[in-house]
Amino acid sequence: MTTLNRTTAPHTWLARQSRWSWFEVAFWMATLLPFFLFPTYLTLASQIAIAALFAISVDLILGYAGIVTLGHALFFGLGAYSVGLLSARLGWGEPISSLAFAGLVAGLVGFVASYLIVRVQHLALIMVTLGLGFLGYELANAMTWLTGGTDGLRGVSTWQIFGTFRFDLWGYTAYTYSLVVLFLGLLVSRTIVNSSFGLALRGIRENVKRMPAIGSDHSWHLRKIYTISAALAGIAGGLLTQTTNTVGLDVLSFQRSADVVVMLILGGTGRLYGAIVGAIIFLVARDQLAGVNPQYWYFWIGLLLMLVVLFMPKGILGFFARFVERRG
Amino acid sequence: MTNIVIVLFDGFAFGMLLFVLSVGLSVTLGMMNFINLAHGAFGMLGGYVTVLVMRQFGLPFILALPVAFLAAALASIVIERTLFRRLYRAGELNQVLFTIGMVFVATAAATYFFGTVQQPIRLPAWLRGTVEIGGIRFGTYRLFLIAIALAITALLVFGIERTRLGAQIRAAVDNQRVAQGLGLNVEQIFGITFALGSGLAGLGGALAIEIVGLDPSFAFHYLVYVLIVVSVGGLGSITGSFVGAALLGIGDVAGKYFVPEIGSFLIYLILVAVLLWRPLGLFGRR
Amino acid sequence: MKTKMMFATILAAGLSWSVHSHAQETVKIGVILPYSGPFADAANQLQAGIDLYIAEHGNEVAGKTIELVKKDTGGPAPDVAQRLAQELVVRDGVDIIAGFALTPEALGAAPIATEAQKLMVVMNAATSIVTEQSDYIVRTGVTIPQLNTVLGQWAFESGVKEAYTLVADYGPGHDAEKAFAAGFTEAGGKIIGADRTPVANPDFSAFVQRVRDANPEAVYIFVPGGAQPAAIGKALVDRGLAPPDTKIFAQGELTHPEALESMGDTARGIITTYHYSLERDDPLNNEFREAYREANGGRSPDLFSIGGYDGMHLIYEALKKTEGDTSGDALVEAAKGMAWDSPRGPMSIDPETRDVVQTVYIREVQEVDGELQNVIIDEIPEVKDPLHGKQ
Repeated sequence: MTTLNRTTAPHTWLARQSRWSWFEVAFWMATLLPFFLFPTYLTLASQIAIAALFAISVDLILGYAGIVTLGHALFFGLGAYSVGLLSARLGWGEPISSLAFAGLVAGLVGFVASYLIVRVQHLALIMVTLGLGFLGYELANAMTWLTGGTDGLRGVSTWQIFGTFRFDLWGYTAYTYSLVVLFLGLLVSRTIVNSSFGLALRGIRENVKRMPAIGSDHSWHLRKIYTISAALAGIAGGLLTQTTNTVGLDVLSFQRSADVVVMLILGGTGRLYGAIVGAIIFLVARDQLAGVNPQYWYFWIGLLLMLVVLFMPKGILGFFARFVERRG
Repeated sequence: MTNIVIVLFDGFAFGMLLFVLSVGLSVTLGMMNFINLAHGAFGMLGGYVTVLVMRQFGLPFILALPVAFLAAALASIVIERTLFRRLYRAGELNQVLFTIGMVFVATAAATYFFGTVQQPIRLPAWLRGTVEIGGIRFGTYRLFLIAIALAITALLVFGIERTRLGAQIRAAVDNQRVAQGLGLNVEQIFGITFALGSGLAGLGGALAIEIVGLDPSFAFHYLVYVLIVVSVGGLGSITGSFVGAALLGIGDVAGKYFVPEIGSFLIYLILVAVLLWRPLGLFGRR
Repeated sequence: MKTKMMFATILAAGLSWSVHSHAQETVKIGVILPYSGPFADAANQLQAGIDLYIAEHGNEVAGKTIELVKKDTGGPAPDVAQRLAQELVVRDGVDIIAGFALTPEALGAAPIATEAQKLMVVMNAATSIVTEQSDYIVRTGVTIPQLNTVLGQWAFESGVKEAYTLVADYGPGHDAEKAFAAGFTEAGGKIIGADRTPVANPDFSAFVQRVRDANPEAVYIFVPGGAQPAAIGKALVDRGLAPPDTKIFAQGELTHPEALESMGDTARGIITTYHYSLERDDPLNNEFREAYREANGGRSPDLFSIGGYDGMHLIYEALKKTEGDTSGDALVEAAKGMAWDSPRGPMSIDPETRDVVQTVYIREVQEVDGELQNVIIDEIPEVKDPLHGKQ
């Protein structure tokens, strides 16, 4: 969260970065509040947790490695359909193993796609990700026999977690489960960005030409983080299928790719928690505004985005971090 | 044989529509690196202005076109002066977020004022129907589209190559810092270019109604097409946008005709293939 | 971070408490529709149908006050529809869920209706299977096979022997293709070619040229409402594919008023199948049409409007029958077999399938008093969805 100080040795800096701050502890305590304060919002809370995990996956490549993507729903959707097809076509609905499968499938495709991704930069990079995203969407639509097409995949049913916890109407199970997976996802991501590998990625983001000069194989680093990010996005997608028992083409849509980037920038890039804060603000605002005004809520969302850029150019979390860091 | 001519013709006409919609973004993106995802919103504005002046004031279609151009250009000047100017140094992510926010606002405004309904227009009789040339029937309106796009291309190429402003624009696209150092007012040049580009988008929006219709989702829907044209053609290049748009239009229509099974994938395949082969686009230089 | 979180949660809490203050004598209806996004127009028209019914019949029925809770899916988004249905039940405490313009959203919400045992009124979503997803679903809109199987038979009987089909490449399009072909070939006709156009298709010229090459006696078309009807209509005519040389058959969206205005004279002779015909001269319909236009700035009602209007009728009548009992089982029982005269004509709810049974109109675009209209040239009464029980 702070810039690298010239005089500190890298490993000292990394060690300091990986220490848990009070804010993080308080934040995770706060995520338990919905259980007590608004138990009727748990389904929304679980979808926010899923969006946050998806946004973290994008932050890993966008915030830490500088890969701007407008097609990450490809991996989210792959995960969602993996879980869905496993259940609907093969009758396997065990949640934990399905989720691992979703991550594996999305990660594999991400690994293959990463060979294309590292070849391009800037606008071309954005457009290649966008193109891949659309190809995924159109492919799923064309394979209606497998995916159910626009009607969505029918017959998905998720078994009880550990054979004990049923997905209930109120969303207690769904939120608990999503929250645990989100926490684990953050833990993994946090470890990655605070490792020497994470440091190398930041180096690539800052100056792609200099890294090979200091002996860092930057395209291998990029491929690795892209694969990890794809797997994480796939897990988020799988989670959505499991908590809703539905999969539709919208999991692969451009809209979803664009929304997640909006959430991430809104919260602040390159801080992991920005992804979570962005998802919370965006989806809570959307839910509340749409409740008041289902037809024009996006006017206010649009205004919110514009105001954030004008007054908080580092995202909402970046804006608040400024005060914190000054004190600390 | 006739089929191939017809398919090429239709694809080219569709490509020309994409060209008018996107050429402005290519030049402004190439010059200032300003990512304006609200470009399609100016197209939508042009479309709604056309509908409004034709219905309310009974203006003929052909006169509504310049009004659409002016309206979009004027709106862009105001927005550039008051808002975009603050964002040139704000970084691309902030530009993306801000302009997406603008698209949301524009879509909501269009819904509020015009409703969600499709806005049909009645073309004058001379633009409807078909014209027979050499035994093949061509859509009159598509011929008209191609004529307008060619005229715009000629004007732009002439303007960029031969006029003083054109030279300044070229200098600013090539190297903004040096151009500034030579005493050019880059911000002002950019403002003018931006207005021109948005005006063309407005004109494109007006021309598009007949082919693809107009409703509040226009700004988002065509954003994707515009971005594809710009990236395939290469930033800052008029020729690039022209070729990119033509390629895309023809590829799209021909693909759907000859291999309808993969018709909907084809433009994305072209996009990815071209960019992997030439990451700067067909005519991009930087 | 914590303060920000607290702020958001306090804000959310304040808003949530305000909705819990409802008295015992209200009946809450949760309406789930894509109010924003590409299908916003469908949602608007459907909502206008609901609103008109409430305006005409008052918001009190069986001694209870009707209250709507509107939820936007921004869809098509089955996962969002599912969450919204869940929230409507657990948070807003609704008694009935309704709306559903799009099939995937109805499918997403269906398990919630079953689990919560609430009546779910599907006012449009037109895929056959929708009503089979839960015993609590009742449909007041239409099904695609209902309209198009009949059209296929009718087309053959009108003398057409060979046809080409061109449909949008998504669920409803596939259904329509199948239904028309089934009706047409069972009667003895032959499908000589079938193409599918991408749903987000800006330019139809290529597909129309393929049809032209095959030079069929008739073309059958299905595209979603909105911009596409006019676009495909014009593309057909530009290539000389127009009645009387080539017969054009379609579902009613193709010739809705805005599309007719934009197609102009070229639309003449197109034959469509629909369950609601705007200009049908009938006292109920005339009154409905005028009231609707009055309330909506001149906009005419369409299939979404009538689906919403009749959906509210079903809810009102069911509540009267149960004397205000809002349990899902009682309401579904009351709805089964219900029959009434709607502005669209006589309709009923099949007690077996809980699906809509209605008159299907075959219309032809003709000039009436200098204006193009869909004139009814034939009607087939009491048509059921032909697929139920067959799959």
